[in-house]
Amino acid sequence: MSASIRERIWWYLAAAAVLVYALFPVAWIVSLSFKEGADIGNRQFLPTQWGWGNYQAAFDSGLFIPALRNSLGISIIATAVAVLLSTFAAYGIARLDFPGKKIILSTALAVAIFPVISIVTPLFNVWRSIGLFDTWLGLIIPYMALTLPISIWVLSAFFRQIPWEMEQAAQVDGATTWQAFRKVIVPLAWPGVATTAIIAFFIAWNDFIFGISLTSTERARPVPAALASFTGASQFEQPTGAISAAAVIVTIPVIVLVLLFQRQIVAGLTNGAVKG
Amino acid sequence: MLAGPAFVVMLLVTAYPIVQAIWDSLWSFRLTTPDERAFVGLRNYGVILTDPVWWGAVRTTVLITVVTVAVELVLGFALALVMHRAIRTLRPLLRTAILIPYAIITVVSAFAWQYAFALDSGFINTWFPMFEGMDWFGQFGSSIVVICLSEIWKTTPFMSLLLLAGLAQVPEDLQEAAKVDGATWWQRLTKVTIPNMKAAIMVALLFRTLDAFRIFDNVFIMTGGASGTETVSFLAYRQTISRVEIGLGSAVSVLLFLCVIAIAVLFIKGFKVDMAQARGDR
Repeated sequence: MSASIRERIWWYLAAAAVLVYALFPVAWIVSLSFKEGADIGNRQFLPTQWGWGNYQAAFDSGLFIPALRNSLGISIIATAVAVLLSTFAAYGIARLDFPGKKIILSTALAVAIFPVISIVTPLFNVWRSIGLFDTWLGLIIPYMALTLPISIWVLSAFFRQIPWEMEQAAQVDGATTWQAFRKVIVPLAWPGVATTAIIAFFIAWNDFIFGISLTSTERARPVPAALASFTGASQFEQPTGAISAAAVIVTIPVIVLVLLFQRQIVAGLTNGAVKG
Repeated sequence: MLAGPAFVVMLLVTAYPIVQAIWDSLWSFRLTTPDERAFVGLRNYGVILTDPVWWGAVRTTVLITVVTVAVELVLGFALALVMHRAIRTLRPLLRTAILIPYAIITVVSAFAWQYAFALDSGFINTWFPMFEGMDWFGQFGSSIVVICLSEIWKTTPFMSLLLLAGLAQVPEDLQEAAKVDGATWWQRLTKVTIPNMKAAIMVALLFRTLDAFRIFDNVFIMTGGASGTETVSFLAYRQTISRVEIGLGSAVSVLLFLCVIAIAVLFIKGFKVDMAQARGDR
């Protein structure tokens, strides 16, 4: 049995290494966000004194709260639209046999590898002339290029595993079409839809290129772009602390989603890659 | 048709802009001097392709792509193996941990790594006395190292999840058979596991290569393109958004688009990446 104990120890060590890898940079930015005043420059991993000052500064900056509102609003709307459209598309791909099936999956793939900056250049010009520059809609539309392809792939992989015959079985048993859909299909489909929504939200939440190129004020600027435009309280002060605090705040929702749905997210990403 | 709306939206947000970019790239057009807009044909491309700035950006982009993808393949494979084989009770913990870098905003990762190495706030130089006083962002080589570190940290999880999907497809009985035949761990890995997940490896490489080639966020935050760290995406951004040279910027965008297509074609035709085979069902 000694081999098995040794093996166990190896796995625990490997697991510990993975944890350090994943969490160390996060721990650093959290630690940095609690350093106040001259502590920022102490060049140590930990603060000598922990304080909330940077969070206060981030919220007081006048940049962060509008950016947070923009990021949440734009990402949630973009996610909802992408999930709605891709649910229709994936349902069609999984259930109906039509010739365009392959074309749609290939198009999604092509869009997924599309260089984002190549969209930004023309949109920057067009958005300016039609008044979509620096608006929510002006970001939600290009976010479709980021969120739709992966949503279609992940969701059609999920839908392909659903035993659709159960719908007919329910109808044979006397359920109406609507009852069959609501009682049988929705419970089967919704975990896939929810997972897709989370992945799409991560992508929209992460966007930086569109955010920095297609906005110019607090009206629509999302958090990643706002972080890049933080400035210190005076011209001689670096905004390091406030940026760290703001960075930690926008990481919290992401970590909560990961903690709650890790199993589904991994299944969604791996299924989408394997069976999409 | 149910898939119609999604299809139309995808085309609208990509095909239309790229056609517009191709059209814009044929003009000499700066937003600040709209009256001087003039049709110049392919001259913008001539200007770019003979400019060392473009080739510098290409070199930097290729360097970052090759380094990050190579490291990520090895590291991602190791992570995938740990997740695949780990004791059942550890799996949720590992999955959660690995998803955190995947889900974190790239800009946040860029700031975290930048501050860790920065002269005035970083702990790296304190922890490793041999780097005392080193300005990581002062020259090309060390800037690229830190940019690559952030990129690798953030994107390896995605690579390893794609590889994990491949690992799950390797038949377990093949492993057992090799074990019975007395194959060592390393032999099983190189002779059984890797050949059986070749398709997944190629797909992971393809996705990450294309993604790395578009690198923008890390460069923008960490160096702003200083010390020769400008990448192709950053060059396109700088021409279009900062200098409002719509014509030149569009031409850079179109060239980047062509590079991405070339890489995809190279992978799919050259390395025979079979997407259907990787997906396992068609």
